Amino acid sequence: MDNFMAARSQMALSLGFHIIFSCIGMVMPFFMAVSHFLWLRTGNPVYQNITKAWSKGVAIFFATGAVSGTVLSFELGLLWPTFMKHAGPIFGMPFSLEGTAFFIEAIALGFFLYGWNRFNRWFHWFTGVVVGISGLLSGILVVAANAWMNSPSGFDLVDGKYTNIDPIKAMFNPAWFSQALHMSIAAFAATGFAVAGVHALMVMRKQNANFHLRAFKIAAIFGVIAAILQPLSGDISAKMVAKRQPAKLAAMEAHFETKPYSPLIIGGIPDVKNKKVDYAIELPGMLSFMVYDDFKTPVKGLDQIPEKDQPPIAVTHYAFQLMVALGMLMMGLGILYLIAIWKKKSWFDKRWFLKLFVWATPIGFIAVEAGWTVTEVGRQPWIIQGVMRTADAVTPMPGIGYSFYLFTAVYFTLSIAVIFLLYRQIKMVPEIYDNPNPVSK
Amino acid sequence: MIYVVIIFLWVALLLYLVMGGADFGAGIIEMFTSNKNKSRTRRIMYNAIGPIWEANHMWLIIAIVILFVGFPVIYATMSTYLHIPLTVMLMGIIARGTALTFRNYDAVHDNMQKIYNKIFVYSSFITPLFLGIIAGSAVSGRVDPQATTFMDAYIYSWLNWFSVAIGFFTVALCGFLAAIYLIGEANDDVERKSFIRKARLMNVAAVIAGSVVFIASVKENIPLVQWVFGNVIGIAAVSAATISLILLWYLIGKGKRFIIRVLAGFQMTMILLTTTYKHYPNIIILKNGGHLSLIEDQGAEKAIQSLGIALLVGSVFILPALFYLVWSFQQKPEQVDSDMHGH
Repeated sequence: MDNFMAARSQMALSLGFHIIFSCIGMVMPFFMAVSHFLWLRTGNPVYQNITKAWSKGVAIFFATGAVSGTVLSFELGLLWPTFMKHAGPIFGMPFSLEGTAFFIEAIALGFFLYGWNRFNRWFHWFTGVVVGISGLLSGILVVAANAWMNSPSGFDLVDGKYTNIDPIKAMFNPAWFSQALHMSIAAFAATGFAVAGVHALMVMRKQNANFHLRAFKIAAIFGVIAAILQPLSGDISAKMVAKRQPAKLAAMEAHFETKPYSPLIIGGIPDVKNKKVDYAIELPGMLSFMVYDDFKTPVKGLDQIPEKDQPPIAVTHYAFQLMVALGMLMMGLGILYLIAIWKKKSWFDKRWFLKLFVWATPIGFIAVEAGWTVTEVGRQPWIIQGVMRTADAVTPMPGIGYSFYLFTAVYFTLSIAVIFLLYRQIKMVPEIYDNPNPVSK
Repeated sequence: MIYVVIIFLWVALLLYLVMGGADFGAGIIEMFTSNKNKSRTRRIMYNAIGPIWEANHMWLIIAIVILFVGFPVIYATMSTYLHIPLTVMLMGIIARGTALTFRNYDAVHDNMQKIYNKIFVYSSFITPLFLGIIAGSAVSGRVDPQATTFMDAYIYSWLNWFSVAIGFFTVALCGFLAAIYLIGEANDDVERKSFIRKARLMNVAAVIAGSVVFIASVKENIPLVQWVFGNVIGIAAVSAATISLILLWYLIGKGKRFIIRVLAGFQMTMILLTTTYKHYPNIIILKNGGHLSLIEDQGAEKAIQSLGIALLVGSVFILPALFYLVWSFQQKPEQVDSDMHGH
């Protein structure tokens, strides 16, 4: 395997793995806080049981997310030492703050997981909330660092030297807000739908249906609200990309030709050689409208971007289409769910309704992975947009292919292990968490 | 501000050595525990480190963030030429963290526990071994940016007697720390005696490994003797460590759990002081006689400044919370949540 491709693959694998665990680790504490709150207020033990069951899941995901995050902080240097040599001091600010946020999260998690019957009940609840808030903050900070790679700021490049470094300005780079918003909402949507889907399946199987239905409702409402808000943040993100990374936007849209009334291209198969898209639906003027709020202004197409500065078009386009399609699907499900709450309470007993959510279990995370593919592949060939090429940043050490195979094997095994553990947690719900005749408690 | 950052880096390394070290050591102790006592040892250990183990490993992240924000050239050089041991260490970190969590949170207790235990124990050994190798390699003068062959650049940079001996020395220290810590957690005299035996074993191992480090340094032409004994601070620190060790063994018999822990921590401080003082501010010694220094190779001034502020502000939040966490779980609980031990 080519060293450069191996390094990119290993980075993509590590990020793609870490993102799932970090999303769940940062969002589920909020679900827990709600059920924990409901228990403290109503005294209904089923909410305590849900909280305990979820906290086991959080512990598993948090630990896996923590180790894969530790690995990433080293991999940045192991794979991209030249990048880190220059970028470290500039975009390090969010990482230093993230260190604090993550540390607080680990401490709060210690209190929360081991604090049952040990502390004041509301203090214990509060530590769970701190886990969620500090986790969310860590996520936002890490995304802000990534946003800097997309919209570098806070330094001057003079004769190949990075001078005039301003870490604060780098942290609050132009893209930080749109990216952090889009990612945070995505984390809530993906985790909400995933958790809801698992509980919906158990409701359908009529195992501990009361327990699972309540859990389903808590998770679903987070996912639903996030899914309905997400297109708004997507719009903000797309406008930012259009402004700072026209090549990425053009690749996302497979937008080859710069012309007035730029069309929005939906689906299709990009034919890069002949610079056209086959079998696509074209909505004339819509891309101009989405980017500039008027139908006429031309949007920069790939024809105005030198080939050596273009990202891989097909991958970026497919990933973007997939993300948008799944996002729309989730929004649709979300609206359906709101109807069920307000008008059609009986749907909660209907198999087709639950089934929809069971089918939707993985789609949020598929959308998250697709979205990261757009962000990262769409930035190529740059590691720092317009400043440093990814190929110039890679480690000189040969044989990264072997490292990639090793990481693939490890992450594959870990994924299997986590699925296995979750399966067992769910299987044991009747005995541990929702037992009508408790024996050992 | 650069000195604030350097102090934080040093303290983060020290705390990782002490807290993370005791944590790794718990796995090493498990390795040397007879099968019939294993599950009991495991339970004591888990009660002791469970709530805090995630926090113990944050010190490594703090140290690495300080390196890449404040000293990017040092970070980039290390991660290029010590790529292989770093990768092995990362594998150890992944395996250990997940195995520990999986074995505690697997809802069904069956033969899978054996697999988790195996992985946990081996990775508890491998990780500090390679951490030690990396630390040893940094000062062994084998890192060579001008190397022309793969072996010279990426293998011999860390594969030498000196680095490997430091690796084993680190493992022994971790085991020693854990044993000392666990003495205070023992529930009865039998357990206590067993941990005291472990501490003695690890102490002997550390002395042997330490001697091997000196022999290896002579063989590899590393002026370790001069670094350690060639200056007043070095001699003072070594003497203080030795005296505190004697005191520690005297007090173990008296059952002073708090003081012996402090003494063990003090020894680690002295060991880290001796091994870093003479090099300071150099952190990597290169093959051509050059070095990378915390002063000469620091990052941009503004970056150091904001890093220092972030660390100061961060510690205002972290330290009190961490102390409270450690303190809370030091109080022997009246009722232990049965739920946490599985079923």
